Order: sequence, then structure tokens, then C-alpha cells
Amino acid sequence: MLIVLIGISIITFLLTYISPGDPVRNMYLAQGLMPDEEQVAQQREEMGLNDPFLTQYFRWLGNCLRGDFGTSFALGKPVVTLLASRLWPTLKLALMSMVLMLLVSVPLGVLSAVYHDRPIDYIVRAITFFGVSIPNFWVGLMLILVFCVQMRLLPVVSSGGSFKDMILPAVTLAVAMSAKYTRQVRTAVLEELHSDYVVGARARGVQEWKILWGNVFPNSLLPLITMLGLSVGSLLGGTSVVEVIFSYPGMGSLAVQAITSYDYYLIQGYVLWVAVIYMLINLLVDISYNYVDPRMRLRR
Amino acid sequence: MEKKSFIRRYPVFCVFAVLAVLIVLAAIFAPQLTRGVNPVKGSLKEAIKAPSAEHPFGTDKMGRDIFTRVLYGARTSLSSTFILVAVIFVVGSLLGVLAGYFGGWVDAVIMRLADMMIAFPGLVLAIAVAGILGASTKNAIIAIAVVSWPKYARLARSLVMKIRHTDFVAAAVVTGSRTPYMLWKYMFPNTITTLVITAATDIGGMMMELAALSFLGFGAQPPTPEWGSMLNEGRNFMQSAPWLMVYPGLAIFVTVVVFNMLGDGLRDILDPRSNEGR
Repeated sequence: MLIVLIGISIITFLLTYISPGDPVRNMYLAQGLMPDEEQVAQQREEMGLNDPFLTQYFRWLGNCLRGDFGTSFALGKPVVTLLASRLWPTLKLALMSMVLMLLVSVPLGVLSAVYHDRPIDYIVRAITFFGVSIPNFWVGLMLILVFCVQMRLLPVVSSGGSFKDMILPAVTLAVAMSAKYTRQVRTAVLEELHSDYVVGARARGVQEWKILWGNVFPNSLLPLITMLGLSVGSLLGGTSVVEVIFSYPGMGSLAVQAITSYDYYLIQGYVLWVAVIYMLINLLVDISYNYVDPRMRLRR
Repeated sequence: MEKKSFIRRYPVFCVFAVLAVLIVLAAIFAPQLTRGVNPVKGSLKEAIKAPSAEHPFGTDKMGRDIFTRVLYGARTSLSSTFILVAVIFVVGSLLGVLAGYFGGWVDAVIMRLADMMIAFPGLVLAIAVAGILGASTKNAIIAIAVVSWPKYARLARSLVMKIRHTDFVAAAVVTGSRTPYMLWKYMFPNTITTLVITAATDIGGMMMELAALSFLGFGAQPPTPEWGSMLNEGRNFMQSAPWLMVYPGLAIFVTVVVFNMLGDGLRDILDPRSNEGR
């Protein structure tokens, strides 16, 4: 984990280096300013860009560890303040779409597995197939078109962050993920349903719903939790696109804005934060195995 | 056993193969299909016209024909997606095979690099890389390739590791086969089926990721017709001209469906085991 953290920090730091041309000049130009040589040189000195690579990296890392991610060049505020103010809206959005996703895909996946190769299964499979193939930003645009422009039920711009503002962004994010997750629920439950103990329980006359919710579903939870952790990845990545579409005040839309103005510290801060959040969530997933899987507890 | 023709045995695959070929042909023959309408230049007199017989998909704010732009957009989208998948395929499998075959520090370096890339969720790193490199189709391809190769490397590595210590490989090494020959003759062929299946099923997803980047403005630049950036341009005219958003999106959706079905079909043909449960 420490190695991964170091890797994340190195790659994040390198982002400034892949920039074609001089980062300082880019920043000035993005502000619409024409810097003279003196300004550029001075700014370079201030940012420490003239120091050797390793010195720069460790200074940057040290600052990050102390909670100093630099100051946004374009917005003139500390990166920490900017990101912190956007963190909760993004997490709230991710959480809401995740709940939505679970509400949709667990019942559908189980249903599809239980009625394997029957009409319900085919319908669910067809829906998930289309769900996987729709680009989520287009889903978002179409939802806006239908619910905001034509039916005028919801606000077009979700800048308030109230529950009503979050419905469409959350649904947009949930569509693609639900489709993927429904498939995974189906596969996991189907696999469990084929195991011997199910046949045994049926032979002993245990009721079907008891087998399903008492044994099969708890047993298929383990792979499902793992995949839930992984799907957080596409969720966090997806928020940026969806936030831009709905003008939602989250970290993603802030980052996209930062990229267009070559606001390096802000971009680095965003990438680093999201990666760390992702890592923490997967750590939580690992810890949760202890509670879900009794075998893990025995091993201690 | 009665010998069935290929079409009879895999009807779904054949249907979607034909559709995929049609899409590719439509992209190639875009100038003929649109009778030479210019996709980049329009007349302002024709701006923001609803779909009609003359302009089946309507026109945009510059008076450009959307139908024409969608067809030309297929060129950009398809070619960049194919290049992207090819790059990831070659780079990923090459690194994976090397890691699996040599083991030791080569393996350690390559796989740690892969771990680092995978630690970044989804498109986050790709967006940053594409944005910082500067918005262009080439940079969007590079950005997605940078974050996507580990999947192929891991697959190739695990497949190579499976046969690395079998007797026939040892025998080949003992009898003096050179390393490049070993890699080319034994290691690559062993990984190719699985990797081709993976690549085929990935085409749709990669197309969507590229479209997402250009939708954010980090991919193909206007006036180049590209589906993602067309959606971005159309966004501002949502109220007055919804067709600007409907058709490019539909084009992405249909193309992704066709290529996803094609990939699934190919997997069923090449790898009958994976048929179960999908």
C-alpha cells in the first residue's frame, strides 16, 4: 500500500513535466497574459522549477503531507480550501448514485439469476446490454432534454446541491454502473445457485426463498463487495463528466476547469485526492471481508 | 455430426459483423454518401434548421449538415478507437509477455508500474494527462492508452506464467532456442486468443471513453467532426435545437452496441467456456 501511495504521488507529480512547453508560460497564457522574460524567471524561481528533479519532488511531497497542496494560480486560493469545499458534494453525489445502483441492480441481478434463461432473464440481459453501451454523458444530456427542457420538472443547472438538484446527475451516473453491476450480481448468484449445498437443501425440502436469501445471497456477497469497491473507480472518474454536464459544484468540474487554465497545483491536488479516496475505499472493502466472510475471522 | 455452415452456427455474430462492416464502409465512403457536402463549412443562411428532407438530421449553428458531420465523425471516432485499441494491445501484451517470461526485476518494474496506473480510478488520470498534453485526438489516445495498458499486461503475464515452467518450454530453451524466437513462437501465440477477445470486447468501451474526453474538450478539436465534440457544441443549443445532441449521441450508442455485440460474439466463438452465465 505504501508503494502504491508513493507511485501515485510520483505519477501525480510528473503531470507537470509532461506539459509541452514551459508550465509557467502556459499558466500566464491561459490567464490571457503575455509574460515578459523577467516575470517568467521570477515565477519559475518562486515555484522552485529550477531545482533538481528529486529536490522538487520531495519538497512537493513534504508539503502535501503537511496538507499544503499549493495555491491555485487561476483562482488565487489554496488548493486545499478549493478541493475541501468541493469534496462533500462529489462524495454525496457518488454515494447517492451508488445507493440507486444497489437498489436497481441487486433485485434485477438476483431475479435474472433465479429465472435463468427464462423471459425475465432475457429482458434483464437486454436492458443491461443497452445500459453498458450508452455513453453516460449522453444519458445525462438526454435526461436534461426530457425532464428539464421539455417537461420542465427539474432545474437544468444543479448548482444548488439540494436533493432535487442531485436527482438527474445521480441517475446518470447510476445507469451505466447499474447495468454492469446487475451482470455481476447475476453471475455471482448464478454460480452459487449451482453449488452442491443448494441441491442438498432443495432435496431436504428447504423453501426456495430461504435458500436464496439465507444461503445463496450471503455467500455471493464477497465477490459482490469486491466489485462494488472496484466500481467506485469508474464512479469517481464518471463524476467529472457528469458534474460538467449538470454544472454541479463538485471536484470533477473544478478539475476540468483547472485543466483548461493549466492550473497545475489544482490538477495535481485533484488527481492525488481522488486516487487516495479510491485507495481508502478499497482498503475499507478489504476490512469488510472480516465481517462478511466468517472464514476470515477463523484465520486469525 | 452434420456440418453446419458458419452463418448457421453463429447467426448473431454474422449479423453484427455485417453491421460493423456497414458502419466502417459508411465512414470510408462518407463523401459519396453525402454527395460531396462539406462537413466543415456550411452556409449561415442554413443555420439551426430542424431535420427535413434536405437535412435529415438538421443543421447546426454554422449551417453545417448534421447528417454529413455524423458520417464524417464516424471516420474520426472509428479510426482513433482502432488505433487506441491497437496501441494498448501491442504495448500491454508486449510488456506483459516480457514480465512473465523474464520474471525477476523486469517483472517487478513492469508490474509495479501497472499497479500504479491501476491505482488511479477510471478516467481521472486520463483526463488530467489529455488536458495537460494539450487537446488533440492524438493526445486523447495517448492519455487513455497510458491508463489502459495494465489490463492487457496483467492478462498476458498470467498466461505466459502458466506455460513458462512447462516441460516443452524448458525443452525448447535447452535445445538452444533463442529468446526472441521463444517469445515469438511460444509465448505470444499462447496469449493471443485471450487478448484478442479482450480487445474486441473493449472496442465499445474505448470508443465511449474517447468520446467522453472529446466531449470535455480534450479530444478532437473543432471544426473536425467528432461525435463527442459535436455533443459538446450542441449542448448550448439544447432548448432551440435538440437534434444537435440526439443524432451524434445515437451514432455513438448504435456503434458501441454493434461493436459490443461483435466482441461478445467473437468471445463465444473463440472461447466456448466463457459462454456460461453471460
